[in-house]
Amino acid sequence: MYDTALMLARIQFGFTVSFHIIFPAITIGLASYLAVLEGCWLRSRNPVFKQLYEFWSRIFALNFGMGVVSGVVMAYEFGTNWPEFSRFAGSITGPLLTYEVLTAFFLEAGFLGVMLFGWKRVGDRLHFFATVMVALGTLVSATWILASNSWMQTPAGYEIVDNHVIPTDWMAIIFNPSFPYRLVHMVLAAFLSTALMVAASAAWHLLKGNDTAAIRKMLTMAIGMLVVTAPLQMLAGDVHGLNTLEHQPAKVAAMEGHWRNDEPGAGVPLLLFGWPDNDAETTHFAVGIPRLASLILTHSWDGTFPGLSEFAPDERPNAAAVFWSFRIMVGLGLLMFVLGIWGIWAWLRGQLFHNRTLLRFALLMGPSGLTALLAGWFTTELGRQPWVIYGLMKTADAGSNHSTSTMVFSLVLLVVVYGLVFGTGIRYLLRLISQGPDQNIDTTLSTIRPTSPSDMHPGE
Amino acid sequence: MGIDTALIWAVIILFGVLLYVIADGFDLGVGLLFPLAPAKEDRDRMMASIAPVWDGNETWLILGGAGLMAAFPLAYAVILNALYIPVLMMLIGLILRGVAFEARAKASSNSRHWWDKAFFTGSLLATFFQGVILGAYISGLPVENGTFSGHALSWVSPFALFCGLSLIPAYALLGSTWLIMKSENSLQQQMRRLSKPLIWLLMGFILLVSLWTPLAHESIAECWFSLPNLFWLAPLPIFTALACLGLLKMVDRGEAGPFVMTLIIMSLGFLGLGISLWPNVIPPAISIWQASAPVASQGFALVGALLIIPVILTYSAWSYYVFRGKVDMEDGYH
Repeated sequence: MYDTALMLARIQFGFTVSFHIIFPAITIGLASYLAVLEGCWLRSRNPVFKQLYEFWSRIFALNFGMGVVSGVVMAYEFGTNWPEFSRFAGSITGPLLTYEVLTAFFLEAGFLGVMLFGWKRVGDRLHFFATVMVALGTLVSATWILASNSWMQTPAGYEIVDNHVIPTDWMAIIFNPSFPYRLVHMVLAAFLSTALMVAASAAWHLLKGNDTAAIRKMLTMAIGMLVVTAPLQMLAGDVHGLNTLEHQPAKVAAMEGHWRNDEPGAGVPLLLFGWPDNDAETTHFAVGIPRLASLILTHSWDGTFPGLSEFAPDERPNAAAVFWSFRIMVGLGLLMFVLGIWGIWAWLRGQLFHNRTLLRFALLMGPSGLTALLAGWFTTELGRQPWVIYGLMKTADAGSNHSTSTMVFSLVLLVVVYGLVFGTGIRYLLRLISQGPDQNIDTTLSTIRPTSPSDMHPGE
Repeated sequence: MGIDTALIWAVIILFGVLLYVIADGFDLGVGLLFPLAPAKEDRDRMMASIAPVWDGNETWLILGGAGLMAAFPLAYAVILNALYIPVLMMLIGLILRGVAFEARAKASSNSRHWWDKAFFTGSLLATFFQGVILGAYISGLPVENGTFSGHALSWVSPFALFCGLSLIPAYALLGSTWLIMKSENSLQQQMRRLSKPLIWLLMGFILLVSLWTPLAHESIAECWFSLPNLFWLAPLPIFTALACLGLLKMVDRGEAGPFVMTLIIMSLGFLGLGISLWPNVIPPAISIWQASAPVASQGFALVGALLIIPVILTYSAWSYYVFRGKVDMEDGYH
């Protein structure tokens, strides 16, 4: 494969997978949110929960559809773009993907029909069961695909025979060294992204003067979620980073823009700003806090970790891309933490629904979860380069023999179709959000008990 | 080693693809029939009849891809590499129609017609290119040293394009008989009228493909026309012909009968193709055993497949049962 065609294949895969991951991330978060909303409604019969369920399930349905069709592309792209990878390692990634289809995709698809269209036909209990099954399916799906991706980052439980990977220990393959960290980090990211989207929707309505019980409930639930998950995510990210340092030190060196260690005892600074340069083997314009990277990564003032110059030049990732995508993720993560704390503080003082500065901030932070999630994936995937399977197979050896013109044709076609179809789909999604929950939803069956604990919030 | 995991996996993948062909076949078929039912109410009904199930139907296609990668990674790599463009076009078709389900319901009345067009065009693209993929696959893929050795347009041949065309009446007939079962009154009458010419068209295409395939592919001719195979296999075309005639008779009055009969015809046709290609996973020369993944991979995935597929079939059947009977607009998009 020529270099241009290889680069086009990578761009195409990066484009389609980045587009795709947005939808399942929201699917994972919204499915669990919907299960909680329906559970609350069944328990309290507070119509607000039913209104919110109906509202978010419409958005969920559209988002889910886009996730499915953009995902079918992924299941085939491993073969169309990366046949040598599939030939070499399909014996491992294939069974993991098969288990994902069997235990997750079918579960989601099988119960989705009942969840979206079957409430009247099956009644409350079975419908709730269907919602829970869909939510469970999204989490199971995340588990398998992250096992597969993590195996590519930190391969384990295999041997290589005749230039093929042969699985020797499936438990070691699935529970490979980076898997638990990546799974927790990704699921939290999905929950955070969804909470931020819900909070921004509520903030938008409140800023517009659409102040209803359902909108308020949305905001408090989202802020509650945020204040719990944002700190947890920082903790998860920290231990994930330590794990990466142990198994993929070149990635961490690129994340920190760290090229070489100074004299013993000086420690490694945490760079806030800079432009890592692979050719010059240095980070230009570096502004950092002395010793902080040592403290974070080695838990000591003068600890050191390998710099990028200790790796062969053709085994280094593009440091500038990894450095900056990592900083975007961390920076947004800190802002999420601020929003959560500020929101809870305002809520306790009874100002959450009236503080326009806070509401504007929440609105602005709406896409930050997904942006941080994408930046995090860029960090980990670009940080793995030049390997497609870390230490085993280089990306340059994984591709096809398609010509540059074929790859240009397919990339242009995909960009146009994705832009039109998913662009319009996302526009509809935003329009649905802007319509807000329907207050006149038929809840005649419900016995309203407005005194349930979840309704008692100070400041309402 | 006592158990032939490659053989079992080949059967599972064939079963998965068959379920895909008949299940997504009828909902792709509904998309193909869209231009013939211009009234919005009819289109809403057609859409509502498949809305709760299309996603599950399409999942069999993903199982086919994933199962192929797990059990026969060499075949997965070669086939998708060789059929890059038709696979891409099929996927784009599936995107267009998949998003149309939800987007059509959420579009304003001014822009809905765009999603109607996307639904039809997507269904047509997916159907045609699935047929092309099948035809190109039957014709065989050039392989050297375990890697596809052709070029980006190796798949183009009159036979492959013809197979693409023949899948259109097949899926359309699945769609029209599905709608006979799920609809009432004028829409049902229209589907009955439409089904007749579709049956004749499909019979013509089946006949031509059945003649063309052995004529163009010597090994397939040998499989069918050598003795004693001829006697063992003779019932297959005979049953297919009988089923087509039976379908012609019942299409005027049956409710579920025409759909069931179409399913039988499709299954028989699929069986015929399977027999023609057996035991190759990359025609014309690489068998399932040559392309096999290590036993550790096939065995691991097999445990899950054998335990879970029955469960999947059970809850999928439950979902169809929940939405049984004539389509109720109460169930549709709100």
